[in-house]
Amino acid sequence: MSTGTTTVDRAPGLLAERQGSPLQRLARTLGTPGGAVFILCGVLLAAVVAANPNFGEPGSLIRFIGRTAPIAIAAMGQYFVIVSGEFDLSMGSVVTMQVVISGNLIGQDESRILPVMLLMVALGILVGLVNGLATTLLRVPSFIVTLGTMLALSGLVLYLTGGAATGNPVDSFRQIGRGGIRDVPVVDIIPYPAIILVALAVGAVLLMRRPYGRTLIAAGDNPEATHLAGAPVWWVKTRAFILSSLAATVAGIILVGYAGVHPSVGRGYEFTAITAVVLGGVVLGGGRGWVLSAAAGAFALELLFTLLNFLGVASTWRDTVQGVIIILAVAAAGKAWRAGLRPRRRDPATTAQSPGSPAGATTPHTPGSPAGETTGPTPPVQGTTTGEN
Amino acid sequence: MRRKMLTAPLAAVAALAMLAACSTDDSLDDPATSESAEDPAGEEPAEGGEDEGEEPAEDGSSDDWFDQAVYDTQYEQRTATFEGDPNAPHLQYIDGPMTDTSEFASEGAKKVCFSNASISNPWRQTGWITMNEQLKVLQESGVISEMETRDAQDDDNTQIADIDYFINEGNCDAFVISPSSTAALTPAVERACDTGLPVVVFDRGVETDCATTFIHPIGGFAWGIDTAEFLVDNLEEGDKVVALRILPGVDVLEHRWAAAEKIFSENGIEAVDYFTGADPTEIKKIISDELAKGDVQGVWMDAGDGAVAAIEAFEDAGVDYPVMTGEDEMSFLRKWEETGLTGLAPVYSNFQWRTPLLAVEKIFAGEEIPTEWVLPQTPITEAERADFLAANEGMPDGHYAKFGGEDLPGYPQVWQERVIP
Repeated sequence: MSTGTTTVDRAPGLLAERQGSPLQRLARTLGTPGGAVFILCGVLLAAVVAANPNFGEPGSLIRFIGRTAPIAIAAMGQYFVIVSGEFDLSMGSVVTMQVVISGNLIGQDESRILPVMLLMVALGILVGLVNGLATTLLRVPSFIVTLGTMLALSGLVLYLTGGAATGNPVDSFRQIGRGGIRDVPVVDIIPYPAIILVALAVGAVLLMRRPYGRTLIAAGDNPEATHLAGAPVWWVKTRAFILSSLAATVAGIILVGYAGVHPSVGRGYEFTAITAVVLGGVVLGGGRGWVLSAAAGAFALELLFTLLNFLGVASTWRDTVQGVIIILAVAAAGKAWRAGLRPRRRDPATTAQSPGSPAGATTPHTPGSPAGETTGPTPPVQGTTTGEN
Repeated sequence: MRRKMLTAPLAAVAALAMLAACSTDDSLDDPATSESAEDPAGEEPAEGGEDEGEEPAEDGSSDDWFDQAVYDTQYEQRTATFEGDPNAPHLQYIDGPMTDTSEFASEGAKKVCFSNASISNPWRQTGWITMNEQLKVLQESGVISEMETRDAQDDDNTQIADIDYFINEGNCDAFVISPSSTAALTPAVERACDTGLPVVVFDRGVETDCATTFIHPIGGFAWGIDTAEFLVDNLEEGDKVVALRILPGVDVLEHRWAAAEKIFSENGIEAVDYFTGADPTEIKKIISDELAKGDVQGVWMDAGDGAVAAIEAFEDAGVDYPVMTGEDEMSFLRKWEETGLTGLAPVYSNFQWRTPLLAVEKIFAGEEIPTEWVLPQTPITEAERADFLAANEGMPDGHYAKFGGEDLPGYPQVWQERVIP
């Protein structure tokens, strides 16, 4: 509804995100749900630091990034599947399986680290392949397929562990998740998980800019059209499932180091990852969203949990408060999408922006207009470009 | 079209989000037990003098789980005299009312039906292994023909069905029940009692005294008293303790915290509690956040599972070790020794898993047994730690030092290999 304060003229053929000055483009991006999550992160971070100034020290912040890395990596993996229009519920079980396998197979023997890691990667690929092929070729809904994989794998874990912790693997392997580059000026330590996260984030962004990424989003937006355009949708989606399982594998390797072996490690990861992805403005059903927003969604979630912790919410209430806040945040994001889409439908030529109110982007009102814009005023290209890349 | 469909997926995600937020909890918790489940331990006659300087000022915690009478009883029992051979603590008991079992006396090998709450934590797994070794001995001596076991996997409904199955089709000579929760299992245990066969209940209690014997260590309050007093002794007023709790709603765990919370508040210790689901990731996050908030001088745990992750969080943050209470799990004992922190390993006597089958043996021999069989429950102190570490050398991290199976034939390989039967 809100058509903003200023109207910018632009050539009709040009993509929205290519228009305007860099500053305007940034403001527009922050107005979308995928961009607003970064503002949400900033607001939550400010709130956390206000509640506890110690948290704002560089050393604390970098440690926070390190410990949030596994869930952010999992969220990026989940993003590939969700943007292609599917779900991966098996993620948490894959994490647990990998954690237990590394504990059981590596043990205290350093020479086994490499072979076991290769085995874990192979298992990750296998799980993704099964999920993907069952979804695409057998046409079982991915919700059901991955639910089945989840149960099968958690049963396997129960069988392997009897449901209780076994010993931790050798410390040198755990350094991946626990250690870091020490004696760094200012931040004191750069945790390896943070480095892995940055590397994977760069890789994910590059991948989404390549033809594979474009096709993946197209497959999520409109599988029929993508198929007719000649793309092997089944293989594109299957690879998304493999990426998701591999992300879970990496998260598992980090978590073994960070936390140690326990059958509860990874429990609920699939839901946390999906929540993070949606909080990052990625549309369930596929076709829209930015991979880094998914990672930012994970950070927003973790910041929220930390904030509740610092505010001293009683342990019995914490889950409830978390749940309510997540619903509100997701509802606000959904409202932003709808509000953003309406004006475009009515009047595709009209473009609008509200650069003066980026802070309000988390509320349903202001981000509306720019959100529609970034998906482009020319509907035919929306599927392949998805705006926020 | 897509636009209109947005609402439905968002609703779905909202539901998922709720699940995500709740998923730190185990499915185990059962709110039904929260009606201040009277531990039958409360009926234990408290002999001897009154409380020693631990005068309860007021019920500061206003906690549903706190029961002053049971607290006082268990306070006394910690220093009570136990009947029987100290070298066989699994057969020791506090003098009290006895059950006459002469009506059950009979010859021949008997079939035991065991309804188990679960083997979903290392403590129960260790006990389960010990129980099976004890079973082998009794099978060889011709006391027990077989033991049929049903594992309820922490589900009250499953366990009720298991018990009813045993009653109707089990062809059992005796029941052994380790209830998953207090209130919910009471009717099923009563139905088992109604069969007229001997019923042995152990570990968590039920709200009926119909069982032939109820076997348990002193109890959760005793754990809470031991641990909290240790922390109070080693900390100063105003110090902060982070309490890491597995999950809400299980009586033996709630009693531990109820007692500890009371003692902390009476002694000016600032205690903040969290539910962790024993997930080391959660534990590390909680400790990291607490350390970011300010200094933490103490860590209290209602079970040792995850203690190592808690200690590691202090290492990762590069701060001094806390004063800490864990459990007699090997992982904690080893880390405790390695780090040299000031600690205590409270014990929830794992050797109690041997007692039920030996009780069955006594019942069919017609020997009288304690109606409420209270087993010793003594924490491991720093002075004793080396002995227990040496005695349990080669045992896996999930093993419990006071498992009490040293004289069983499978020792030590069976526990070292830790193959769950």
